[in-house]
Amino acid sequence: MSILAEFFAVTLETVTDVLPIAAIIFGFQFAVLRQVPANLGEILAGFAWVLLGLSLFLLGLKWCLFPLGRVMAGQLTDPSFIMAGLEAHETIADIQWIDYYWVYIFAFLIGFSTTIAEPALIAVAIKANDVSGGAIGIWGLRISVALGVAVGISLGCYRIVVGDPIHWYIITGYVIVVIQTSFAPKLIIPLAYDSGGVTTSTVTVPLVAALGLGLSETVPGRNPLIDGFGLIAFASLFPIMSVMAYAQLSAAKAKLDHKRYLQQKEQDAA
Amino acid sequence: MTATLKKLLLAMLGSVRDLLPIILVIVFFQFFVLQQPLPNIAQILLGVLFVVLGLTFFIHGLEQGLFPIGESMATAFARKGSLFWLIMFAFSLGFGTTVAEPALIAVAEEAADIAAAGDMIGSSLEAKEGYADGLRYTVALSVGLAIVVGVIRIIKGWPVQWLIIGGYIVVVIMTMFAPAEIIGIAYDSGGVTTSTITVPLVTALGVGLASSIRGRNPMIDGFGLIAFASLTPMIFVMAYGMMIR
Repeated sequence: MSILAEFFAVTLETVTDVLPIAAIIFGFQFAVLRQVPANLGEILAGFAWVLLGLSLFLLGLKWCLFPLGRVMAGQLTDPSFIMAGLEAHETIADIQWIDYYWVYIFAFLIGFSTTIAEPALIAVAIKANDVSGGAIGIWGLRISVALGVAVGISLGCYRIVVGDPIHWYIITGYVIVVIQTSFAPKLIIPLAYDSGGVTTSTVTVPLVAALGLGLSETVPGRNPLIDGFGLIAFASLFPIMSVMAYAQLSAAKAKLDHKRYLQQKEQDAA
Repeated sequence: MTATLKKLLLAMLGSVRDLLPIILVIVFFQFFVLQQPLPNIAQILLGVLFVVLGLTFFIHGLEQGLFPIGESMATAFARKGSLFWLIMFAFSLGFGTTVAEPALIAVAEEAADIAAAGDMIGSSLEAKEGYADGLRYTVALSVGLAIVVGVIRIIKGWPVQWLIIGGYIVVVIMTMFAPAEIIGIAYDSGGVTTSTITVPLVTALGVGLASSIRGRNPMIDGFGLIAFASLTPMIFVMAYGMMIR
């Protein structure tokens, strides 16, 4: 297919995706609120930029990232690749969860890097930075969310390899979130909860889904229909913890700095 | 004009920096771990260029279009003072943005395959389609309700954690009764519902609402809508799985 035809196909897809949203927004704007926004032209231009940007973004992903990512997920989980790391006398039956170490490393790195590029997370980080008057750094938030996703996806891969039921992991995660909630600074809590849902959009979901399906197809005894799911749940649970942890660490550091400053002042006075 | 161009160029540099980690990871694994050459280099480079341009334009449009309209509408609704229309708007936004979400359509189809394989429904195409559509509308309904609950919370100023923790408890209880096949999908469906366009709009709505209601803090009360939107689908999908069984 020619580039242009493919571009139009993807743009059409994006338009059908955006159309209901635009209809709702402008429908309510004109029929219920009955006012024309002062900068209507600029806003419409903004929508056009979003459409164009999202289409290009998806098309680019379709061409480079997704095929590569899928092939890599397939190759890394391939038994012959795993076997290559084993001793000569060992057989498939001797494969242990640790032999999948490249899968965990890949999961960690791809989870981190796709989250850094996730447009929805960039949007929320800009907003949070704006609303908090700069107290929450754009990069601080993005990196802590990305770390959460990275840990979540590698743990999720480990779960697929060993075959544990998913709900014990998720429930344990909930318990940790609840405990952290009672200690974390109040300002961060809603944002931390939000960052769970934000992380998994355009870039992360297709790659992570490919990884989960690849793993569950090749690990002996796993059923892709049942075990292939769940990675996205891990990817949306762990950022909640990592963002709260980030806020707790920042608060602890600020406290420590303040204490040091007071001590310094005392010494100076003495 | 030159100022805009300069801004776009700077933004593009930012996009390159955002995408650099992915490129490094892929290159590292391709050459050092799997030790294979890259297939189709020209197409991949073109793809990378498109991704960089796309991300740049998207962020530009976000700040020019999505954020301002979301906030100005939130302010207008707050000034109008009609709770009914605000709730209608919140529901339509949640339902409308979710029902057409491509990621959700894909997940619903896979869920139908699982249900058919587990003999929960017939394996005819019609039965599967009916199941997938039912699931899709269930999730869209749950996201619509989530945004409504989230908006009411902002107006009333309830702390977000009680509602979320309450939701977690419901999820845990339902996990014990839901069919095993649906649990993985239900947990995943929380993450897939919130798309790249929905997130900025819903965030702007929450923050705009919290800033225009007296006594609300945009940081504490403005965020949290997305959290509801990713919690309720888990509950509703498990309920759907239990009902269909």
